[in-house]
Amino acid sequence: MPELFLDRYVYLFVLVLLAIGLYGMLAKRNLVQKIIGLTIFTTAIYLFFIEGSVKDGASAPVIDPALGPTVDAADYVDPLPHLLILTAIVVGVGIVGVALAMVVRIYRIHGTLDEDELVRRMSAPKAEVGAPGDTPGADRPDDDGTAADDGDGQSPDDERGGER
Amino acid sequence: MSLLPILFVLILLTGAVVATLVGLWRAAAAQVVAVVTMAAGLVVAVVGLMTTLREGPIRHEVGGWAPPVGIEYVLDPLSGFVAAVIAFIGLMVAIYPVKAGFDTRPGRGSPLYGLVLLLLTGLAGVILSGDLFHLFVFLEIYAIATYALVAMGGDRGLYASFRYLLIGTAGSGLYLLGVGFIYFSTGSLNMADVATLLPELADSPTIAGALALIVTGLAVKMALFPFHVWLPDAHSYAPPGVAALLAAVQVKAAAYALIRILFDVFGPAYVADLHVTTLLAYFGAGGVVVGSVMAVRVKDIKRLLAYSTVAQLGFIGMGIGMATPLALVGALFHVLNHAIMKSALFLVAGGVLAQTGIKEISRYAGMWRRMPWTMAGFGIAALAMIGIPPTAGFFSKWYLFRGSLETGQWVLTVVIITSTLLTLGYFLRLFEQIFTQEPAEEAVEQAREPEARVVGPVAVLAGALLVFGLGNAVVITQVLDPIAQRLLG
Repeated sequence: MPELFLDRYVYLFVLVLLAIGLYGMLAKRNLVQKIIGLTIFTTAIYLFFIEGSVKDGASAPVIDPALGPTVDAADYVDPLPHLLILTAIVVGVGIVGVALAMVVRIYRIHGTLDEDELVRRMSAPKAEVGAPGDTPGADRPDDDGTAADDGDGQSPDDERGGER
Repeated sequence: MSLLPILFVLILLTGAVVATLVGLWRAAAAQVVAVVTMAAGLVVAVVGLMTTLREGPIRHEVGGWAPPVGIEYVLDPLSGFVAAVIAFIGLMVAIYPVKAGFDTRPGRGSPLYGLVLLLLTGLAGVILSGDLFHLFVFLEIYAIATYALVAMGGDRGLYASFRYLLIGTAGSGLYLLGVGFIYFSTGSLNMADVATLLPELADSPTIAGALALIVTGLAVKMALFPFHVWLPDAHSYAPPGVAALLAAVQVKAAAYALIRILFDVFGPAYVADLHVTTLLAYFGAGGVVVGSVMAVRVKDIKRLLAYSTVAQLGFIGMGIGMATPLALVGALFHVLNHAIMKSALFLVAGGVLAQTGIKEISRYAGMWRRMPWTMAGFGIAALAMIGIPPTAGFFSKWYLFRGSLETGQWVLTVVIITSTLLTLGYFLRLFEQIFTQEPAEEAVEQAREPEARVVGPVAVLAGALLVFGLGNAVVITQVLDPIAQRLLG
């Protein structure tokens, strides 16, 4: 029984990473932490593919005459998963880029990245969210938050006005 | 080897690039490019569907590399049918005016139509790809375009889009993991090739795991209950034109992928053995109930339409899950019908929003007196949603109903009937406001019929509902029945 796990410890590791990533995406309240969770989740998948292509005693998939006159697939690592993951990484970079761009925009409008705070503001009825002097309910007691709101509230509002 | 399968994708992709570049010069020109592209796409899709119905599947090997090593595009009746639906709805949304469709006046260089065409390119790729990994790439292409388009819906849309991005990426991640399981067991990614290799591995738990991961991943993408949580926010805060595209075709691409992979790659017998289809049917029924009940309670019209999408996707899930020819015909016909009626309803909601700024159902009072044509289109689409003959919506539900009787799953029969009553309930509220009341508000009093580019697409869509309703026998016997027989046979 222990051998079963020792042989496959990489897969266990992948599973743990997937769980950590999912936890980060669902349970963390900060949007940037959620993106970090997302990155861990996708990286675990990349790792799974790379581990799957590993072969003991095999070399890089470049046909080498030193390995004998006939080409034997067993001498070479499977290159296809690497290729797939290269593509998946490019896709993943695109996704994370879009996510970060959204986070920047959310921060400019609301001055916070805390999920609870964002939800509370957006559920305030009829409020033009992000307008300076938001609904009374959205004003937080701590100085940091409100200062950021007021300081930031002006410019993004102009920006949005231009876009509408 | 024919170019036909890849041509549809290429036209849309070229259109996306050209529209973005032309948009740098003049925003209005980008829309012209989009209309021309979608018109060309519709022609190619319809020609493709006709050809493949006559001659069977058409395959294209990309770069001349023969499958299973190379990537191939496959055009068969199923993909031709969904491609035609996508092109039709895409054309209607492209004609629709920018101001009403996107609730914004895009600045020069705003890649609005570039993104719309990129979204449609992604959908086209999902539908025509014959390779499991290639399908994943297209899933992500349309997803990225969607995130950007949803984020245009103001700050609430932005946040909804962010949440959708997290859930959507997790969904496609699960799909990719499942594809990895398949690749390491069979050594192939080509759908047709995998389908021939899988029966030998039927007992392997890895394959069962792959099936579970792929179905879960695609169910997230398709917003099947209980993974629908992202949909109401993303669809109700997205601009109306975008919402029309998302509800009508975007979620259907994932439904298509599910049908393709369940029945074409794994095979109906294997899937039924593992009770995946039964689960799908009951989760679909759950979606129907939850979506309908929520739709009865909301006040905002776009939110009502979004919850109703959850319910209607549940119908499609149920049809796939029952896995009989009758039910599958119902599900496929519902893919077409729901695309037409939901896009018509969103386009009407967008036209009203642009004319009067009204979003709440309670403020729709007397709209009929001021915008008779638009509201007539709305009425037809809403009757189709409820399932009143002779609109097309009745016939898809009728096939699903007969499918549920045939399989003897009476719970599903009850769900179909109940949901029809609930749908009637939530549209009756709107009917009462629109058709029986006098205008109560200044905004409605002042309102006029929206411009021809709003009324035109709505009229075409409403007309299509009647045409497909009256001519349902042609669509079903000529197109859908052969597809269902082949998938399940």
